[in-house]
Amino acid sequence: MQDVLPTIEEWRAEGEDIALATVVKTTGPAPRFEGAKMAVTRSGKLVGSVSGGCVEGAVFEEAQRVLRSRKPKLVKYGISKESAWDIGLACGGGIEVYIAPLE
Amino acid sequence: MSNYEKIKEHIEREEMVARAIVVHAPEGVSIGAEMLVYPDGRTEGSLGSAELDQGAVAKTLELMQRTGSKTYPIETPEGQFEVFVDVFPPPPTLLVFGAVHIAIPLVKFAKECGFRTKVIDGRQKFLTKERFPEADELIEAWPDEIVEQNVKIDSNTYIVVLTHDEKFDGPALDVSLPSPARYIGAIGSKTTTANRNERLRKAGWSEENIARIHGPIGIQIGAKEPAEIAISIMAEVLAVKYGMDKPKN
Repeated sequence: MQDVLPTIEEWRAEGEDIALATVVKTTGPAPRFEGAKMAVTRSGKLVGSVSGGCVEGAVFEEAQRVLRSRKPKLVKYGISKESAWDIGLACGGGIEVYIAPLE
Repeated sequence: MSNYEKIKEHIEREEMVARAIVVHAPEGVSIGAEMLVYPDGRTEGSLGSAELDQGAVAKTLELMQRTGSKTYPIETPEGQFEVFVDVFPPPPTLLVFGAVHIAIPLVKFAKECGFRTKVIDGRQKFLTKERFPEADELIEAWPDEIVEQNVKIDSNTYIVVLTHDEKFDGPALDVSLPSPARYIGAIGSKTTTANRNERLRKAGWSEENIARIHGPIGIQIGAKEPAEIAISIMAEVLAVKYGMDKPKN
């Protein structure tokens, strides 16, 4: 949290609409720990990381949906065998990311 | 004040706080309920039922001892929930005895790793803001004066003794050994370490106490330059922080 806090505070001062994404579960090898955070704004800014670069793009999109719906959401990412187009982690692990609007 | 703002205040005051969030709920129950939990067991808000709140508080207090964040399944009459407990611990402190050349990169690295840093030395000319721009505190004192200076040593404190001169590291260890510090490391060769341990034994310290000292300090990476030695020390400190340290030799 400490890593993203100063930026979030700047955004709040600028009146940005912010969503906070947090890694809440990891399975197998995962690039970031439970509690790792990434914040995004409706205007398209981003700080922090939930996976060291693998799923940030997808989390950003989900966060935009969360900001529109105002409803928190749990999203799971991992190795997917069903579809080559699914978003996965190269390390073979899985993560669950909780995304909520920052009040 | 929102939960976020309360958490931010606690982080700024360097006080422990945790947020429990329902991240998975049975069909028909929405996720996102939140509760703040404090180390004394006090709570604010509710996850939706007494079973969930009690379960989450128990898990949170346990997790605060280890400082980390984790998701727990909690079974209630309503069904199976998952509660994410996010602990926001105060930053650890690195207490450095000796404003010597190795302390300069060490303070930089420790700061980068999220530690608060305090450097203690009785020699004002070494203890300058120019040498330690990142240090949170520069304490001008001899080791045996730090008790009077009110320097707090708790279980979230990591002590590094860099003076390698028995005049200074003796008193530094005298205040460190009875403390609940999470880590005590002292610089010095194997010979210096053996001599120091012998002195501590004669001074009446138990083997158990002496064994708390990591010495020679740092993990073995063949470090020679000050920055390299600082990396080896910081690596050992982090290994202790994450419970990965193994007994030496």
